[in-house]
Amino acid sequence: MQRSGALLLFPLAVLLSGCDFVVLAPAGDVAAQQRDLLVVSTMLMLLIIVPVMALTVFFAWRYRQSNAKAAYTPDWDHSTKLELVIWAAPLLIVICLGALTWLGTHLLDPYRRIDRIEPGQLVTQNHKPLRVEVVALDWKWLFIYPDYGIASVNELAAPVNQPIDFRITSSTVMNSFYIPALAGQIYAMPGMETKLHAVINRPGTYTGFSANYSGAGFSGMRFAFHGLSDQAFAEWVAQSRSARDTLSRDNYLELERPSENEPVRHYASVDPDLYGAILNLCVERGKMCMNEMMSIDARGGLGLAGVRNTLPLQYDKLARRGAVFGNDPSYVASICTAEEAAAASRAASDADVKYWPVRDLSPLRGAGLLGPGTGSRRADAETPSLGLLRFEL
Amino acid sequence: MPETLTKFIFGRLTLESLPLHEPIVVGTFIVVALGGLAVLGAITYFKLWGYLWREWFTSVDHKKIGIMYMALGLVMLLRGFSDAIMMRLQQAIAFNGSEGYLNAHHYDQIFTAHGVIMIFFVAMPFVTGLMNFVMPLQIGARDVSFPFLNNFSFWMTVGGAILVMASLFVGEFARTGWLAYPPLSGINYSPDVGVDYYIWALQVAGVGTTLSGINLICTIIKMRAPGMTMMRMPIFTWTSLCTNVLIVASFPVLTAVLTLLALDRYVGTNFFTNDFGGNPMMYVNLIWIWGHPEVYILILPLFGVFSEVTSTFSGKRLFGYTSMVYATVVITILSYLVWLHHFFTMGSGASVNSFFGITTMIISIPTGAKIFNWLFTMYRGRIRFELPMMWTVAFMLTFVVGGMTGVLLAVPPADFVLHNSLFLIAHFHNVIIGGVLFGLFAGIAYWWPKAFGFKLDPFWGKVSFWCWVVGFWFAFMPLYILGLMGVTRRMRVFDDPSLQIWFVIAAFGAVLIACGIAAFLVQIFVSIRKRAELADLTGDPWHGRTLEWSTSSPPPAYNFAFTPIIRDNDAWWAMKKAGYRRPLSGFKPIHMPRNTGTGVILAAFSVALGFGLIWYIWWLAALSFVCLIATAIGHTFNYHRDFDIPAAEVAQTEEARTTLLAAQG
Repeated sequence: MQRSGALLLFPLAVLLSGCDFVVLAPAGDVAAQQRDLLVVSTMLMLLIIVPVMALTVFFAWRYRQSNAKAAYTPDWDHSTKLELVIWAAPLLIVICLGALTWLGTHLLDPYRRIDRIEPGQLVTQNHKPLRVEVVALDWKWLFIYPDYGIASVNELAAPVNQPIDFRITSSTVMNSFYIPALAGQIYAMPGMETKLHAVINRPGTYTGFSANYSGAGFSGMRFAFHGLSDQAFAEWVAQSRSARDTLSRDNYLELERPSENEPVRHYASVDPDLYGAILNLCVERGKMCMNEMMSIDARGGLGLAGVRNTLPLQYDKLARRGAVFGNDPSYVASICTAEEAAAASRAASDADVKYWPVRDLSPLRGAGLLGPGTGSRRADAETPSLGLLRFEL
Repeated sequence: MPETLTKFIFGRLTLESLPLHEPIVVGTFIVVALGGLAVLGAITYFKLWGYLWREWFTSVDHKKIGIMYMALGLVMLLRGFSDAIMMRLQQAIAFNGSEGYLNAHHYDQIFTAHGVIMIFFVAMPFVTGLMNFVMPLQIGARDVSFPFLNNFSFWMTVGGAILVMASLFVGEFARTGWLAYPPLSGINYSPDVGVDYYIWALQVAGVGTTLSGINLICTIIKMRAPGMTMMRMPIFTWTSLCTNVLIVASFPVLTAVLTLLALDRYVGTNFFTNDFGGNPMMYVNLIWIWGHPEVYILILPLFGVFSEVTSTFSGKRLFGYTSMVYATVVITILSYLVWLHHFFTMGSGASVNSFFGITTMIISIPTGAKIFNWLFTMYRGRIRFELPMMWTVAFMLTFVVGGMTGVLLAVPPADFVLHNSLFLIAHFHNVIIGGVLFGLFAGIAYWWPKAFGFKLDPFWGKVSFWCWVVGFWFAFMPLYILGLMGVTRRMRVFDDPSLQIWFVIAAFGAVLIACGIAAFLVQIFVSIRKRAELADLTGDPWHGRTLEWSTSSPPPAYNFAFTPIIRDNDAWWAMKKAGYRRPLSGFKPIHMPRNTGTGVILAAFSVALGFGLIWYIWWLAALSFVCLIATAIGHTFNYHRDFDIPAAEVAQTEEARTTLLAAQG
């Protein structure tokens, strides 16, 4: 019996061994910690699931009608002790899991800068993060490297063991930026910015894609993510710099038009204000940027002048469209030049980047975690104390 | 001028709107049209129209409406499953540069339609139908509180289903995923009729669902037989009550959010647009504030079914009745505090994410308690493995796995790597098929003899059972594995050939499930043929415990000749033990509601209104709206709403039953 069982499992084992369980064996530290949490949670839950399944089968067999030997108590319907156990057992598991969730969620918050490169190696002053601005387009990915002034389409590269600081947005609809080998996903949404902090530990080529359906070309929104040695990364940058194309606003508007299964492309230079303009929905010249509009509104708004300050929309991303009973499509006109607006937004975002590496990490609370600014949580401290997420598997 | 006129008459409906260029759709249309003609022809040939109209379509009898809901659910299950198997086939072959056999335009409609149909037009009608049929019988009532409203609710649900089905052959359905997140579902990125079909189908059906929720709550609160205190209600009635509370509290949110989306699309407001201060994330929040309670709306009544079935077939009182009731109520309340776990990955911040992750885990405590209660109901019982009990054991073994993966997805860092992956797909099919569908099959097998007076054929039932259970594991375990390989949902083509084998296995599972559905249809057919052999004349074929088994099968129109008096929460069991004797004389006339065709007419105008709005045929929309209002007002002047069943007729019906019972010995 046991033997035939093993034989039955054999084809399954063969099938499974041929697979790349990237979620269970990632190459980046953040994804590895997420995997650890996944495995530990599963184990915790199996503590209760396995006995329940076993009891179900056992009771179903033992108390079958034909088994006259088994006890039969048709009116027994209450036992306080048993009720205490059946409510307490799941409660205890949930308490453990809840504590693990609270800590794990805070430590692995994608907005929080990472504090270690890999187990035992903390982020220090010497680790300059690689900044990457990610834009989900219909239906391809644009990656802008503001530190190098280059950009690429459907290809991403990063040096190993160096923190990566992603800023993510989208041009039209929602997508989700996901490289399973690197770190968990985060949505890319138009007019909004999400952040992701991660590090890749093993060199190699990994797959990235959109994990949220975004229209006809969704299946083709895949890109290669290269984890490179420092030298190889420098070569990759140099190769990009020698590309023929440059990414100006006009070229971007051309690129932004919907297209499917785009080949890899490199841009030798990028308009430095482009990402801010994409984020604030004002790549088209003469259109007011969202942050500009918001800062005007924050100071009390433009009054009636603001209502009239619109221009008819000549070029929409796909075609000229609007609601059947609505006004013709229009947009709010800028009251300063696009360059002025972009410069202001750049100044704001630069101020945001000054604090790397963070000494006092985000204000964590909870047992096992020290408050900000206290002792061993400092990134340059000797002893690695990273809270409870230390179970290495 | 002619062009303006055509545009006025037909709106944006043109000959090009018919999907004549899609051979698969044309083929389907031909098959459906021929099948439909055959059915209509048969009805006409056998002169059944009058019978159907008088006895069924216009009926306000909760039992007949319940059965019609089940029939609707079954028909739509076939449509929803066709979509499923087409997706499985596409994903099994679209490798190595092959585009498969579906283009993006068609495939994206299919996965959207599959989700919408399975939730709104399969699971909801099945659940509502079951509650409609069983609950009034369980509480000793003669009908629901508002019988006409019940008929109207049913036809509105049919109206929504008609609009969804129409989108297959006239125009197209949404290509947005089943929840139609903006901005993709906004006018800028979905300018065609697909999303409009989605909006108006759900709005029309949503009216029905909300009204039926109000109706059933009112029935449970006001129409229980004397002696049935809240804590003596059968568990199925309790779960129905909680489900309907959820419906009434959450469906208005869906109606509101779809109205806002419609305003964005029709009059150019900016609730959910990217620009002009719109906020698409607000839509995502609102739709899930409806959407999460929705999954409990579906599962709670089936928890009730499992409770009834376990207790009946173990020949034992339900273990922990009180904790079962509290568990249900706790789930009802908590289901409103977890919606954000559907989008941890939208950047809500760690504290918000942990809050919603932990509340989600807390729901697993009452759910776990329920599983234990069923387990200890089986403990020291005498379990008869009839079909309903087989479904229940299969449910317990399947559902715990789905529950476990659900809690896993509630851990935000784990969700970051599994969100939108096939792991998620496997999880919710695991709980919806393993919970809702298995429960429905248990419920159908359990109450079928009550509805029709004969049992379902056990052989074909077992064939269907094994095909479904084995098919389910084959179809969805590979998806768990694929999810761990980082494969995301809604993909049409793949470039990694090593994944293909898993999709082939999943497709094989889907074929097994198809056999399960076929066997279920055969089971119904065979049972009808062998109804004399399978007949149950006692009205209590399973040694039941609750009131519905005290009356005849099928029950008379008035359900109970005398309203029973309740002394125990297993009312009928207690009556049997106390040596209950049916009253044989002293019958009085019974006051009953009268049938009306208004529900059908109102729903027909609603469909016309929806169709007019979808295609911008403004005259049709305006006209049908005016007719809708006029009919509704007109109906308030209908004073012929009730009649009395004469005492002699009641006596005659009861006498016939006495004879039958006597023949049984």
